[in-house]
Amino acid sequence: MSRQELEQLGIKIGLEIHIQLTKLKTKLFCGCNADYRDMPPNTYVCPVCLGLPGSLPSVNKKAVEFAIMLGLALNSKISNKTLFYRKNYFYPDMPKNFQISQYNKAGGVPIALGGQMILKFKEYDKRINITRLQLEEDPGRISYDGTILSSPIAYIDYNRAGITLIEVVTEPDFETPEEARIFLQKLRSIVEHLGIADLSLEGSMRCDANISLYGKNRVEIKNISSYKDVQAALNAEIIRQKNIYKHGGEIKQETRHWDSDKKRTFTLRTKEEEQDYRYFPEPDLLPIEISSEMITSIEENMPELPDDRINRFIKEYKLPRYDAEVLVITKSLADFYEDVVKKYQKPKEVSNWIMSDLMRHLNTLNIEINDSKICADDFIELLNLIDKGTISGKLAKRILQLMMESGKKPMEIAKEKGLLRINDLKKIQEFINKVFNTQPKAVSDAKKDPKAIHFLVGQVMKLSNGRCDPQITNKLIKEALNKI
Amino acid sequence: MIRHYHTIRDLIAEYKSGNKTVEDTIIETFDRIDKVENKVNAFILTLKNEAIQRAKELDKTLKKSGRKTKGKLFGIPIAIKDNICFKNYPTTCASKMLENYIPPYNATVIKKLLDEGAIIVGKTNMDEFAMGTTCESSYFGVTHNPWALDRVPGGSSGGSGAALASGEVPLALGSDTGGSIRCPASFSGVVGLKATYGLVSRYGLIAYACSLEQIGPMATNVSDCKDIFDVIVGNDPMDSTTISKEEMEQYLKKSFKDFPNSKGKFTFGIPKELLGEGIDPEVKKSVWDAIKLLEDLGGSYEEISIPSIDYSIACYYIIAMAEASSNLARFDGIRYGFRSEDKGNWNEVFANNRLAFGKEVRRRIMLGTYALSAGYYDMYYLKALKLRTLLIQEFEKHLKKFSFLICPTMPILPFKLGEAVNDPLTMYLADICTVPINITGLPALSIPCGFSQGLPIGLQIIGNYYEEYKIFQIADLYEKNAHTKNTFPKI
Ligand SMILES: [Zn+2]
Repeated sequence: MSRQELEQLGIKIGLEIHIQLTKLKTKLFCGCNADYRDMPPNTYVCPVCLGLPGSLPSVNKKAVEFAIMLGLALNSKISNKTLFYRKNYFYPDMPKNFQISQYNKAGGVPIALGGQMILKFKEYDKRINITRLQLEEDPGRISYDGTILSSPIAYIDYNRAGITLIEVVTEPDFETPEEARIFLQKLRSIVEHLGIADLSLEGSMRCDANISLYGKNRVEIKNISSYKDVQAALNAEIIRQKNIYKHGGEIKQETRHWDSDKKRTFTLRTKEEEQDYRYFPEPDLLPIEISSEMITSIEENMPELPDDRINRFIKEYKLPRYDAEVLVITKSLADFYEDVVKKYQKPKEVSNWIMSDLMRHLNTLNIEINDSKICADDFIELLNLIDKGTISGKLAKRILQLMMESGKKPMEIAKEKGLLRINDLKKIQEFINKVFNTQPKAVSDAKKDPKAIHFLVGQVMKLSNGRCDPQITNKLIKEALNKI
Repeated sequence: MIRHYHTIRDLIAEYKSGNKTVEDTIIETFDRIDKVENKVNAFILTLKNEAIQRAKELDKTLKKSGRKTKGKLFGIPIAIKDNICFKNYPTTCASKMLENYIPPYNATVIKKLLDEGAIIVGKTNMDEFAMGTTCESSYFGVTHNPWALDRVPGGSSGGSGAALASGEVPLALGSDTGGSIRCPASFSGVVGLKATYGLVSRYGLIAYACSLEQIGPMATNVSDCKDIFDVIVGNDPMDSTTISKEEMEQYLKKSFKDFPNSKGKFTFGIPKELLGEGIDPEVKKSVWDAIKLLEDLGGSYEEISIPSIDYSIACYYIIAMAEASSNLARFDGIRYGFRSEDKGNWNEVFANNRLAFGKEVRRRIMLGTYALSAGYYDMYYLKALKLRTLLIQEFEKHLKKFSFLICPTMPILPFKLGEAVNDPLTMYLADICTVPINITGLPALSIPCGFSQGLPIGLQIIGNYYEEYKIFQIADLYEKNAHTKNTFPKI
């Protein structure tokens, strides 16, 4: 659907994003190691995160600091006193059968309130208002043998229980799914620039969305796992709702589940089945006082944020705004760019290479620069090889692809695959002779019409797999034609 | 009978002089336990072999060190309420739910006791999950009052109170959420303190209502009570609600030179709400006798009014039950605790397992759930919190003026067994003098002040925040002059 079409639907979307602060060494309320991924089940646990009788939580101060950083980056107002609340519901992934979270009602004060992010599009700028930021603990994970219905056993792993989550809640300010995607992308870049999380880790960023059309009932969508998914999920839901309205139906207020395999949403529970979480202040934790001195000192030590980095790229590397924005989409890509530019001082050329070929390969492989096998030094070597004429620009593109797939150095690939440029006159002459022998008609055409020389050059390049130096080839062919 | 010394300090002195070994004490302790336990039922678990083993080790270190003891509780037997986690031994909360639960860690207070040389001889009976005033709701049977075996010992730390009164142990730990230390201290004729909220770590105390409760000392005299308190008090990084290290240092340095003043005079207040209507005449008489004695000792009193006390029972039960409904949610039988047949969906499995809770526990969970539900939260919980603020203001006003406040600990004499158990409202109302202390977080001590029909009566001394040592001072003075120290029933 085009933007105009979407506008007519009166779409309102709000997001609730859960971000694991993966750069914390320990969990939110205990000293357990927070780097739980790939560990054997129930090994990173203690009486506190298992909710054993008598255990008590104590707040990870670094988590509070990280949350303040994100609040400042989103221009939120940091609360000078913030409270934890208990959210009560029974589910076996929660060892205490309540989650220690924060709340904005019943006297609750989340760690940060308000804030905004400006999204830049070609035709317009869009301001998205932030409602609040809150800290909470992640539950454990349940898995089954097969499906939940057929499995005789449920396996519960509490390694994840107690991991720090920060929840970012936005106002329903998004009017298109694309805006939601761009927001998440930018949020991710901010989080990574702050150094508070690595969101390339599986399950480290989860999103719920609420969406309504024509100002009517709101539907909540759960289980959106990434910014790539958000657009698909919202599009699917818009089409569903649009069709129902088109046939005179009504949308019920409900919670739906996004199935990323089937690419559609399913009813999870209706409004009547919504839980009463019985929020109340967590009596085991005192309110956290956040002094203005603490906020100032965090503010003074804030790392460079994506918007500042974009401006710096424009200024320092004389890049067009578009280039800068694309490069800063993820921190890792921007870091890669700067690592290359530091040693290879042709910023625009590097930008072109990254934005075209490198990013295309990343997209095809569906990975991020961090997960690819290429490193900045090898990439620099590749560019140097082109400059020195050791390989052609065209072949360099193939070599780059192979580098990303294999992790080998460019020279190694070039030698292995025989992709080095041929500058040797004798060798080029041999290719020319072969072409002249097999294509007498083209040779006689070229003798009459100089424009037909291009065909011969092309034939030589084809025969040499593009390795012959095109200028030398051109020159030698002209000489050869003169001799005939 | 183990009682041939006055205080645990005397006992430690005997170890040092070589008159007595720690092993002797432990053997005497278990002889006494073996003799009276079938009448009293104070313990859920006794640890004879472990205690004797530890006694032998302590005797060895004593010998090696040239009879120098390390530790304020060196070689002293102590009983622990069964809602405080003792590593590798069952900690049941007197519930079928936790009948087989073995904690993998020690409560902070247990570590402190062990570090000072105490010997844990067993885990004492209590009301299930500390919810009760009579010690009758235990899954492991009722505890009997050593002064009258057909009476309750008070609750919820009834086992600790009875173990002290019957001379089984000289020291015990209890926990006090709404009077659970002071009520059994009063009913069983011993001394018990509920300290200022935040002075004693709750880490390892299985929670009933976390914003109200403190672990606290119980003993047969003020000096012993103070000695355990000295050991368990302190900041704990594992319990965020304990006061900070710096504040703790200040606290321990604090002295009360102005009390009594240079002329030996002091003042105290008597809240008329706690010594008027609804107080048993026998209890009243005993407390007035105590007031007279305090006057003779240099005190002068004024009757005062704390009007919000009238609402404190409602306020207390709303807060306590609301917190309990959440605190006890974790007992679903999935990770530990009673496990019924795994049948049906998650909620059905939970519901089946949670049938292991007794009647009173279920009642409080349900009422607490109700009080926190949408639409009722403002009406009940938030109102209760407002009343809490009001009550604090009213108490503080008087505690600024007076050295302390005096009232009965319990408004009645100990219930007969079975008398209150089916009448929850009567039972709740009996907490009128104790719950305001938990709501406000103030410290209060219960000390024996007399008898009626052979049943003990307790005097409650309420101090200002962080004035436990002042309370000990006056309690000590009273005890010396009232001759209530180490009084035991014939059993
Ligand atoms: Zn842990």
